Amino acid sequence: MMRTVTRLRERGIHAFLFLCALVTIVTTLGIVWVLIEESRQFFARVSAADFFFGSRWAPTSTDEPGFGVLPLVCGTFLVAGGALLVAIPVGLAGAIYLSEYAPLSIRRVLKPTLEVLAGIPSVVYGYFALTFVTPYVLRPLFPNTEIFNAASAAIVVGVMIIPTISSLCDDAFRAVPRSLREGAYAMAATRLEVSTRVVVPAAISGVIAAVLLALARAIGETMAVALAAGMTPKLTLNPFTSIQTLTGYIVQVSLGDTPAGTLGYQSIFAVGITLFLITMTINVIAQRVFSRFREVYE
Amino acid sequence: MNGHGDLAATLFEPRIERRRRWGRVFELVCTVLSFVGLAFLAVLIGQVLWVGAAWATPKFLTNFPSILEPERAGVKSALWGTMWLMAITTVVGVPIGVAAAVYLEEYAARNRLTRLIHFNILNLAGVPSIIYGILGLAAFVRWLRFDRSVLSGGLILALLVLPVIIIASREALLAVPRTIREAAYALGATRWQTVRSHVLPAALPGIMTGIILAVSRAIGEAAPLITIGALTYVAFVPTGPFDAFTALPIQIYAWSDQPQEEFHHLAAAGIIVLLGILLPMNAVAVVVRARQQRRGAW
Repeated sequence: MMRTVTRLRERGIHAFLFLCALVTIVTTLGIVWVLIEESRQFFARVSAADFFFGSRWAPTSTDEPGFGVLPLVCGTFLVAGGALLVAIPVGLAGAIYLSEYAPLSIRRVLKPTLEVLAGIPSVVYGYFALTFVTPYVLRPLFPNTEIFNAASAAIVVGVMIIPTISSLCDDAFRAVPRSLREGAYAMAATRLEVSTRVVVPAAISGVIAAVLLALARAIGETMAVALAAGMTPKLTLNPFTSIQTLTGYIVQVSLGDTPAGTLGYQSIFAVGITLFLITMTINVIAQRVFSRFREVYE
Repeated sequence: MNGHGDLAATLFEPRIERRRRWGRVFELVCTVLSFVGLAFLAVLIGQVLWVGAAWATPKFLTNFPSILEPERAGVKSALWGTMWLMAITTVVGVPIGVAAAVYLEEYAARNRLTRLIHFNILNLAGVPSIIYGILGLAAFVRWLRFDRSVLSGGLILALLVLPVIIIASREALLAVPRTIREAAYALGATRWQTVRSHVLPAALPGIMTGIILAVSRAIGEAAPLITIGALTYVAFVPTGPFDAFTALPIQIYAWSDQPQEEFHHLAAAGIIVLLGILLPMNAVAVVVRARQQRRGAW
């Protein structure tokens, strides 16, 4: 028979641990509540339709302010899309190399080093884009590149998300049963054929999930983009001009002296909701795809 | 009959030489692309050292930032701010995160609430850091009236890294074999006694790795701190949790954002200091984990 004191202590500890786990739920509810509550005032003055479908973003203009979020969304996807163009080939090739080719000794060194790449703060990538990528890589190749441009931001954000793609894809490839590979090798398939026609197709949902998670990260990326991409919201697909992203706008307003209560200040919450909805949707889809992949092989 | 033979001859045309050649090309491409990230890292660190090494003097650590005299500027306030943030994030985030992980792995019933908490944590890990800044702005700065203090900043960073700590700790707890728990129960230990004296010590290296990676991620963050209105040029050191503050990544951002050359030297010197803290932390985490993996999972 357990003593009463012991039993009480066990219950108390159980309750405390449960409360700690609940903090995560409270955080999510807090985020949703704050975003809705704070942007209510904004949407009382600007209609949701004008905001979500308007193509002019000029919140501080005194003559004719515009509150259409599309230019910021366009800038965000221009950078994120460019980042994927860098990260998908490099990350995928890296994962194939790690799981199908690399000897154990190289693998042991390469994987942790990729994690270091993921551990470098985003502001450092921003500095590098601004002081190296634009002046010494982009401008010699494309002389019309502006000082602030989407391309430099896309390149460094792309490098930033390489580890996400290569590490998750490597895990997915390694979860593919050996027997599938050996079946193909027995039919005299080369490693190229085994990789591209057996391993990648078998792990395709893992690859898709990895790319989606990387995309969500690129969309939410802030400091590198705020430094390198510029502050000029516009609807363009030209990566060599200055643009602005959703995150970059929030930074710009936070750094400025926009007084609380003004429409310009309230707009960061509306932009925040847009950003939250986009990344949340992508993450939930990625999570779904991922759990389906796990069901197949684990 | 003859037709069949022709078909077989074309289908099984001996292309093995060509296939092997493509295989070698593919291997080369994958190998080269795997090292792109590494090469990028090398160029980045080289450029930062080239631009900043001469400016990263001992005085740089003990001087306050100055916008008027870049030659005499330093990171004293930023360094102290970062130390404060690190302390608050660790003190708040680690106990809650580890406790939540213990609850989910050791206590939670397999029901809908547990699944909800589980998926919620995965989604929280994908929420952009700047959204946490918006939450902090409303919850800590305004609602709890902590103002733009280092306490508000530390609490935001603690929430931000909570999913990282929880996910890493859960993995570490999961790796502890059932037999260890059963041995403890067999001797009449309560659930908490089992967890505290047997499971937690066994999982400690894995948990420590997660904590180090989480804290190093926190001190590289600037976006959420800028959102709550952390200052960029501060000429004092925080003496208590309610003081205003700046941090290394914010200072680096502010210097990088200046058009003049001198400030880029300062930004690079600031990056040297920041990476001087982060890279050793990352290295320790990677080594602890590598040793753990090499020793084998029990």
